[in-house]
Amino acid sequence: MAVSVAARSTRTAGIAKILRERKPLALGAALLLIIVVLCVFAPLFAPYDPNKLSIANRLIAPGADHLFGTDEFGRDVFARAIYAGRTSLMIGAAATIFASVIGIALGLVAGFFRRTDVVIARVIDAMMAFPDILLAIALVAALGPSAATVIVALGIVYTPRLARIVRASTFVIRELPYVEAARALGVPTWRILYRHVLRNLLSVIMVQATFIFAYAMLAEASLTFLGVGVSPDIPTWGTMISAGRQYVGQADWMTVFPGLAIILSVMSLQLVGDGLRDLLDPRLRKDL
Amino acid sequence: MASYVLKRFTGMIVVLFVVATIVFVIVRIAPGDPAAVMLGPDATPSDIAALRDRLGLNQPLLVQFGVYLGQILTGDLGDSIFLNMPVLTALGQRAEPTFFLTLFSILIATVIALPIGILSAYHRGSLFDQASTTLAMFAASVPSFWLALILIQVFAVRLGWFPVAGYGGPDTTLLERLHHLVLPAVTLGVVSSALILRFTRASMLDVLDDDYIRTARSKGMAETPVILKHAFKNALIPILTVIGITAALLISGAIVTETVFGLPGVGNLVVSAVMRRDYPVIQGALLVVAALYVLINFAIDMLYLVIDPRVRF
Repeated sequence: MAVSVAARSTRTAGIAKILRERKPLALGAALLLIIVVLCVFAPLFAPYDPNKLSIANRLIAPGADHLFGTDEFGRDVFARAIYAGRTSLMIGAAATIFASVIGIALGLVAGFFRRTDVVIARVIDAMMAFPDILLAIALVAALGPSAATVIVALGIVYTPRLARIVRASTFVIRELPYVEAARALGVPTWRILYRHVLRNLLSVIMVQATFIFAYAMLAEASLTFLGVGVSPDIPTWGTMISAGRQYVGQADWMTVFPGLAIILSVMSLQLVGDGLRDLLDPRLRKDL
Repeated sequence: MASYVLKRFTGMIVVLFVVATIVFVIVRIAPGDPAAVMLGPDATPSDIAALRDRLGLNQPLLVQFGVYLGQILTGDLGDSIFLNMPVLTALGQRAEPTFFLTLFSILIATVIALPIGILSAYHRGSLFDQASTTLAMFAASVPSFWLALILIQVFAVRLGWFPVAGYGGPDTTLLERLHHLVLPAVTLGVVSSALILRFTRASMLDVLDDDYIRTARSKGMAETPVILKHAFKNALIPILTVIGITAALLISGAIVTETVFGLPGVGNLVVSAVMRRDYPVIQGALLVVAALYVLINFAIDMLYLVIDPRVRF
């Protein structure tokens, strides 16, 4: 018991030291934490019901009563922004998980079994040739617009990015002596893939997944803005900007605040991604 | 070298074939009858049957795939359901705004990114470096449509310097049309500058510590030629690659930007095709854009052979 408490406090001290020494990573992590807490616990922080209509209070500028102002139906923009964040973060996270699961599986198989690589590598190359938004809207058009199809579409769009990195790293790891030793000892292939290859790739995957999360959130907002994403009735940062578009000049806060929410979320994810990459690979620190 | 070119060319053809296959699959994973979806709920069964026949949907999938590949090879991307014209003609008609938008955006992105990236690497760790890195991160995080709305509000509505939207009528001069493109190009240019800036800084950092830079300095060469002639020239390959890739990927940004600014370009055509479920147009646009990306990548690889004497295969 005493040992585990001591180990935990050492780990906490280690994390605190890392964050002290790496200010951008600390800033990104803090910002991300604030955004996630605000959105996840939106009912606790929202001063008003995000869907409560109040025509008497329509288009009120930001002030003490309404921090981010109100929209064309008198709804509180701050309350809507933190509720919308839940959907935007959820879609981004789900698309990232989708891309990670499929991307890791494809990358591992292609990197480990050379015969499959010929096909998988070509498919990855071809998929990377499609610009993300174009491929996503084509997929949404084929599957029909909904939150679920946006997740699947973005998941498919970002799968090759992870698959490519996992494949390249697996190529290197499969030739290392400990993998050869495991093979010689008769360890089953699935176990080698899981324990010796995948575990060594976790840091690379984590960094890439952070960036994919950021891209997916931006892409979701773009799809929604174009009208081919989530239904306009569901509040996301994209639908809020899209709705506020007609009131630019009259009620700029309707577009400015959801836009800032996207920027801050994406920036925090990029800061965390960059920070993690530097932390896990000191050689890269001076490069980017 | 000839074998390298041949190998890259064969690889490119294979990737193009896979691209065509993916496009074929995407259009056919749509649930339900594509002909019924395209014609909408008011279509009669005979209309649907006629369209199925016209699109060849009654044939087995493999036959459809063979016909489709044959058509692509002869430059036939099919006909738009709603525009009543070949897809290639529709894409051609919309190509001008997209071409100029992409060209100006990449120019603006390069003009912003190269000097800042070079200076940032040169003054590594300075306040300027930190500011430019933050700027790059901000540019990479901004949704292009949001930036577009802000720019429209400031420069078109308040200051009145540029048109709010559109591309001018058919009688407008090229100069007037280009005037319509300033705000869209600045929007896309700023957003795309982030990646080029980061790569320029990284590539410059890679070469600035090299021996030949120290040699050039020890010969008494002035700093400007050391940076531009010795360092930048050697850092150019990754920078060129990323500029090329950014140019190819700009179509993603163009889709959104053209919609906000009401530009009648390829991006706008794709969005309206998606709204109307005009599958041949979606299919054609996907194919052309992805093929362009593959071709640009191939061209960049070939460019390496020309600009860098170290690259010999």
